[in-house]
Amino acid sequence: MNDNTNSVSPSLLAGDHFDWVRYSRKQRLARSFGYVAAAVLLYWALSTVDIFWPWVRTAPAQLGDMMFRMFPPSLEKLNPILYALVESINIAVLGTIVAVVLALPVAYLGAQTVTPNRVTLWLARVIIVATRSVDTIIWALIFVAILGPGPLAGILAVAFRSIGFLGKLIAEAIEEIDWGPVEAMQAAGASRAHIVTYAIVPQVVPSFWAITILRWDINIRESTVLGLVGAGGIGLIFQGAIDTFKWNTVSLVLIVIVMVVFAGELVTGIVRRKLL
Amino acid sequence: MLKITDLKKSYGKGEPVLKGLNLTTDERRLTAIIGSSGAGKSTLLRCINRLVPANSGKIELDGVNILDLHGQQLQHTRRQIGMIFQAYNLVDRLTVMENVLAGRLGYVGMLRGILRRFPQEDVDRAYALLQRVGLSQYVNKRCDTLSGGERQRVGCARALMQNPRILLADEPTASLDPKTSERIMELIAGITDELDLPVLINLHNVPQATTYADRILGLRHGVMIFDGNPGDLTEDWLEKIYAGYEDDLKKQMRVAPQEQDDE
Amino acid sequence: MSESPDHYIWRRPHFIETPYIRYGLLALALIYLVFALSTVRINPQRVMAGIPRAISMFSGAFPPDFQARGSLIISGFIESIQMTLIATAAGVLLSIPIGFMAAKNVVIKPVYVVGRLIVVVMRSLHPVVLAVIFVSAVGFGAFAGILTLVLYTIGFVGKLLAEAIEEIKYGQVEGIRSTGAGYLPVLSYAVFPQILPRLIGLSIYQLDINLRASAIVGIVGAGGIGGTLNTAFGRYDYATASAILLVMIGIILVTEGISGRLRRFTK
Ligand SMILES: Nc1ncnc2c1ncn2[C@@H]1O[C@H](COP(=O)(O)OP(=O)(O)O)[C@@H](O)[C@H]1O
Ligand SMILES: [Mg+2]
Repeated sequence: MNDNTNSVSPSLLAGDHFDWVRYSRKQRLARSFGYVAAAVLLYWALSTVDIFWPWVRTAPAQLGDMMFRMFPPSLEKLNPILYALVESINIAVLGTIVAVVLALPVAYLGAQTVTPNRVTLWLARVIIVATRSVDTIIWALIFVAILGPGPLAGILAVAFRSIGFLGKLIAEAIEEIDWGPVEAMQAAGASRAHIVTYAIVPQVVPSFWAITILRWDINIRESTVLGLVGAGGIGLIFQGAIDTFKWNTVSLVLIVIVMVVFAGELVTGIVRRKLL
Repeated sequence: MLKITDLKKSYGKGEPVLKGLNLTTDERRLTAIIGSSGAGKSTLLRCINRLVPANSGKIELDGVNILDLHGQQLQHTRRQIGMIFQAYNLVDRLTVMENVLAGRLGYVGMLRGILRRFPQEDVDRAYALLQRVGLSQYVNKRCDTLSGGERQRVGCARALMQNPRILLADEPTASLDPKTSERIMELIAGITDELDLPVLINLHNVPQATTYADRILGLRHGVMIFDGNPGDLTEDWLEKIYAGYEDDLKKQMRVAPQEQDDE
Repeated sequence: MSESPDHYIWRRPHFIETPYIRYGLLALALIYLVFALSTVRINPQRVMAGIPRAISMFSGAFPPDFQARGSLIISGFIESIQMTLIATAAGVLLSIPIGFMAAKNVVIKPVYVVGRLIVVVMRSLHPVVLAVIFVSAVGFGAFAGILTLVLYTIGFVGKLLAEAIEEIKYGQVEGIRSTGAGYLPVLSYAVFPQILPRLIGLSIYQLDINLRASAIVGIVGAGGIGGTLNTAFGRYDYATASAILLVMIGIILVTEGISGRLRRFTK
């Protein structure tokens, strides 16, 4: 050992002054700007929002009181709850099926690589944006206004919201396929219908199932609230229990919803692992 | 049979890729097209079956100008031109049999095709072809379980399923290891000989071209600068065809068939 | 697959080879479909009456009327935005501890179970269900909506954050731990830096999701534009309703674009 070992770098001990900074100047500026903007926006929101602050102070007590009254869940309404639950699930399934049927042509027209022309592409895009941006429960408001209350309005609401979702994702899946087989079919003199069934459909099938199952899972959750606007399912019982202050029934409904959504997620997971 | 006159092609507003090409197939059967990468070999083949549109010129198959055709007429002409691709272009998730039968899609009606109800003679022919290429035990296997060489055999069977007047092959062996590449070349040369089918084949491998071809075309920057028998392809000509791409040439010469066996 | 002397018989292989299972599943699916359809009690008369209604509704909706209730529309959207900002900030802050609790690799088992339970329950409940409960507990208005969105945020960000924490590189944790650092320093030096980019990305994404949700919780009285929309529907004022829907679609498109760009920028 020579005596240098202990002092390999004197600057580490005594230290030339070194300005240590984590990010480049530009990054830091962007970052600070982001934080300041967020803070300003938040301040604006908090200082102008229309909240009656005394209620905020009593809120914990109110919530605690309500939780207290929810226990124990009452099984009194179990049968109608289960019946309505099945209706909710049916709405989700039928709505998803209707949506798939309607979304497939939209996806075909909305995929840049296969759509026949600009007009069809834009038509599909407008449909996708319009149905995707309007929430299921708003679609339910519309269909209840048209068709009157009941599960049919719920099915159509679920279906319409899902068209854009499915259409967008399936169109993206179509755009991502390997183009080679399509060319091979063209070179063999196949017609458009044959190219679709031999070269496009087989490649899109796995994504199609993954996307459809994902949406079905989401739709189960969505279908639990449709009853609140009269579109069928468990939401109606929930609303009734709230309106009549039957807190023990409310808690049972909540438990049932959590369980069915959880079961839906399990099924989705299993199917996904089996299929793909 | 196939007669190309003054064929011009450019992609978008770019440099022309084919600059007034002339080519007539003759009694010699297997015609190999060689040239550095980017010379326009693929473009030429893809113009012939209209996978890309040509800008001007004529491509006549038995007197019919392919460049004038539309819709059904185009489909009918395309089914007379088989094509084998470098990347096989099989549908991975379909079975071997379905991929081979897909070669008949230009012949069967819409519903038959969609429902996989092909005429019995098509199925028989598909099975015979699969036996010929050595894959009859894999009829119902999905194509994504096959090796590269096996996939290209399916690719050949599919192209021949069309019962074509002429076969195009775009570097059919470029994605394969040297040994398999040799097997596939033997297969293509052998089977087209049995069927007496003219072949237009792009090759990146000069030794393979001189071994299997009856006629060699040298393409350079979209111009045909060599057209002759394999024996006429001298070092001089190779240097001209590959001038500026010597590395390319060296790489290709190295994949000579003899060296493969000890690898 | 039999081979007769001169013909080769080929049939496309079935997805499920055993015929019992194949037809059994098909039958089950059909039975379920028939049952499900039978629970949808469709009243043909009512559906027929829907056609003229739909026509009058759509003719009422066009052209959209932005003016008549213009100030209500504006204040409704502003309230939605305020609710979104406050709830996202509060929700993300709360998501951090809950995300850690719900990550298997950084906490003890009982804590993990509790964290996971919170996240699962929050995720299962649709924001409108939560909103109904909060409205009846703390009254109508933006406050109930904010509480709703906070829980909604915890469900989403908490879950994805927990997944991000479970995917961290363990070598970095060991590196810091080997310097003798305690539990909290390890979290803040080795774990937090690894998940911070993801957290920022998630927050921006959540802003987008919450804005959409803020538009619907109003339907059950929890503040924001949803209330205005519900009122318009209740009054058969479809011109205003369509105006609100158009603005909503526009805002969603714009924020989706902005949030997508911001997320790419923060990556
Ligand atoms: N689809 C395309 N779009 C634009 N340029 C292309 C396209 N395909 C090929 N090219 C260009 O055309 C030229 C010839 O390509 P190609 O015919 O593939 O050559 P080769 O097959 O001889 O390697 C190259 O410069 C290539 O970049
Ligand atoms: Mg090429």
